[in-house]
Amino acid sequence: MLDAIDRKIIEATQAGLPLTPQPYQTIAEQLNLTADEVMARLAAMQASGVIRRIGAVPNHYKLGYHYNGMTVWDIPDDKIDDLGRQVGQLAFVSHCYHRPRHLPDWPYNLFAMVHGKTQADVDRQIRQISDLLGDCNRGSDVLYSTKILKKTGFRSRSKSTPSDSVNS
Amino acid sequence: MLTPLHKRLLNDFQHDFPLTERPFQAIADELGVAEDEVISALNDLNDKRFISRIGPVIPPNHIGVSTLVAMAVPEERLQEVADKISAYREVNHNYEREHPFNLWFVVIAADAAHLRAVIEAIEQETACKTMQLPLLDDFFIDLGFKLDLNND
Repeated sequence: MLDAIDRKIIEATQAGLPLTPQPYQTIAEQLNLTADEVMARLAAMQASGVIRRIGAVPNHYKLGYHYNGMTVWDIPDDKIDDLGRQVGQLAFVSHCYHRPRHLPDWPYNLFAMVHGKTQADVDRQIRQISDLLGDCNRGSDVLYSTKILKKTGFRSRSKSTPSDSVNS
Repeated sequence: MLTPLHKRLLNDFQHDFPLTERPFQAIADELGVAEDEVISALNDLNDKRFISRIGPVIPPNHIGVSTLVAMAVPEERLQEVADKISAYREVNHNYEREHPFNLWFVVIAADAAHLRAVIEAIEQETACKTMQLPLLDDFFIDLGFKLDLNND
């Protein structure tokens, strides 16, 4: 369970760790904690899965990954756990989620984000997912983002700014 | 544009960032460079927006509740509706996509009641219906994303 101090640490680090020689000390001073406590709590949150990873968050778009597709698939419900896990492990997939269908408008229940430097890259990735799904793929679509209207990291109190990055 | 140090920092430190008193020194030791070179290279990557940050990544729905929302907005109203939606502090991604459902955004709120209230307010303000696609399961094992930085 997260307590108020955990939440404060997450809030204080969502814009990024300070690029100072002792970043945890800097955070600790802002929150009236010790650096050891900040590190211990970050480690515990990472162990429990509240924090997925700690590291650099590349801006794919800026690094030349201009083709970002949200691929969506209609997978039988009894197959989605197994196939979802397999798709989620593909190196080029950055997010992979099970979401509800909304029939008749929206038949898709598996979402996987793919990123490429060229349309051909993305087409190849989509074929690879399609091959993996085989006969369990009952229909699919790819939605490309044409415009990023707003993107911010997780936040609960800080202000938001628009940005041109496509992925977190 | 990207130095070999930039490339290693981008690809090799997307996870397991050191939880030690001087993490940049630990990275510097691993790469055989000085701490201030690591810090200045990361400042560079930040300034040029090649990274959006270095820090903890929180998976969805671990803090608060969220949902992906899609809307089919008449083309001529898209900008107006998108601007209204982006103005909500609870909205944290808002993309235009090529599809009859042409506006896609994520709403994050402290609890389910707040989430519902925000979505109702959005529907009322924009006079557009929402399709809500909350996460049922997250299949992603996040070890970072292997970047191909060779053609730069």
